[in-house]
Amino acid sequence: MNSFQRYITSFWSGLGSLLVGMKTTLKIFFRKKTTECYPENRATLVISDRYRGELVMPHDAENHHKCVACGLCEMNCPNGTIRIESEFVEDENGRKTKILRAYHYDLGSCIFCQLCVKGCPHGAIEFRNTFEHAVFTRSKLVKQLNHPGSSVVKKQ
Amino acid sequence: MFDFSVVTEWVDEGLRSWLPEGWVLPVEFFLIGLCLLVAYAIIALVLILYERKVCAAFQCRLGPNRVGPWGVTQSVADMLKMLTKELIKINHVDRFLFNLAPFIVIISSVLAFGCIPFAKGLEIIDFNVGVFFLLAVSSIGIVGVLLAGWSSNNKYSLIGAMRSGAQMISYELSIGLTILTMVVFSGSMQLSTIVESQAEGWFIFRAHVPAVIAFVIYLIAGTAETNRGPFDLPEADSELTAGYHTEYSGMHFGFFYLAEYLNMFVVASVAATLFLGGWMPLHIPGWDAFNAAMDWIPSIFWFIGKVAVLIFVIMWFKWTFPRLRIDQLLRLEWKYLLPINLLNLLLMVVVVVFGLHF
Repeated sequence: MNSFQRYITSFWSGLGSLLVGMKTTLKIFFRKKTTECYPENRATLVISDRYRGELVMPHDAENHHKCVACGLCEMNCPNGTIRIESEFVEDENGRKTKILRAYHYDLGSCIFCQLCVKGCPHGAIEFRNTFEHAVFTRSKLVKQLNHPGSSVVKKQ
Repeated sequence: MFDFSVVTEWVDEGLRSWLPEGWVLPVEFFLIGLCLLVAYAIIALVLILYERKVCAAFQCRLGPNRVGPWGVTQSVADMLKMLTKELIKINHVDRFLFNLAPFIVIISSVLAFGCIPFAKGLEIIDFNVGVFFLLAVSSIGIVGVLLAGWSSNNKYSLIGAMRSGAQMISYELSIGLTILTMVVFSGSMQLSTIVESQAEGWFIFRAHVPAVIAFVIYLIAGTAETNRGPFDLPEADSELTAGYHTEYSGMHFGFFYLAEYLNMFVVASVAATLFLGGWMPLHIPGWDAFNAAMDWIPSIFWFIGKVAVLIFVIMWFKWTFPRLRIDQLLRLEWKYLLPINLLNLLLMVVVVVFGLHF
């Protein structure tokens, strides 16, 4: 192919590829928009289940959680976000057991790495996809995850 | 069809009866200038909003939608913000040229804006070399751009301005030749005559092949002339940090910004005037009922509609194609557009001489 032929063919192939590009963008122009109009569409908003919004400790109907206060999550946390208060109590057989008194979680310093959830041997904590956490003081971001009066679930 | 000269004559007679003879003309000049500048500002604001909405749609977004219904007052809010901003004094600039440059750019764009026939009887500068005048004043803007880059005392601004200069001068050729092609066909350089002679059909239909080729080349060269993407390498946000207007702040930056959008409007309206009949409604010879129905739509809406469609096409270019390199840019002009343009001019001459048009 000599240079003149190349000049002519490059012109037409260039023109063709430009038109393909314009066709693609025009298709996208009429596509459904992905913007979420957030405060208006709160009722219909879909947040992925995998989204890590905040750490929670699920409780069952009898107000039992699964946490045995082993402290693995506290040790795993790279930011010192979790602080566990535990105590030893003596059960009816005279055996000393460690039970959870308070599970403190500071949302403000959490980096949502999920190391606490991965490390938990009993599946006592998990991340939930809620995201509206704005408050006016940082002290309100420190939460106690175990409900008042709750206890660890009994082994069968 | 509504003739806008009714309104202007009514204003003229009113002023003549109210004011002494020597005062009428200065007052009219002032009024025309005021209307022109207000229209200029409003069109710039509308265009900025239009650009943001179109850009958003091309990226599957909604664009500004918080200020006013559908975000229509977003650009007004932006303008108010820009008006209140400080004009920062830069230390090592050439103070006089630095302050002069934005005004040269905006004056050139206002002068070109004044030539456009907006509607029947609504045009400000109209004389027998109108097209030539329009080309001449719109290329003054390049002086402002070069001055801005030179006086900023900043190497990136200077590179941006030099690129801009090379680009504008090259593409001015294509613009000139395509306009010349249409002038050959219309046989007139007066913009009002060009529009009037499209009453039987727009030039793009009557002069078929050469007019379509000229139209496409004009749109490409016009996009390059206004420094818009994919030819936005004088600004090149990612490489030159806004090119020639890096050092400008406040309303001086605003002038460059306004002039850029208004130049796009001027390019689109010249394309509409030369190829798509300006404010002339769509007429098909022989279809009298259809023509009468088209005449019901006021001419200003025809003009605005055509310009809006052409501006959409220019924005479509911008949001589709990646930025060209400087050598690719100049190759496109000198190796492709210019030879095609010259051949097209020859083709148009043949069409006109042998009467091959409709």
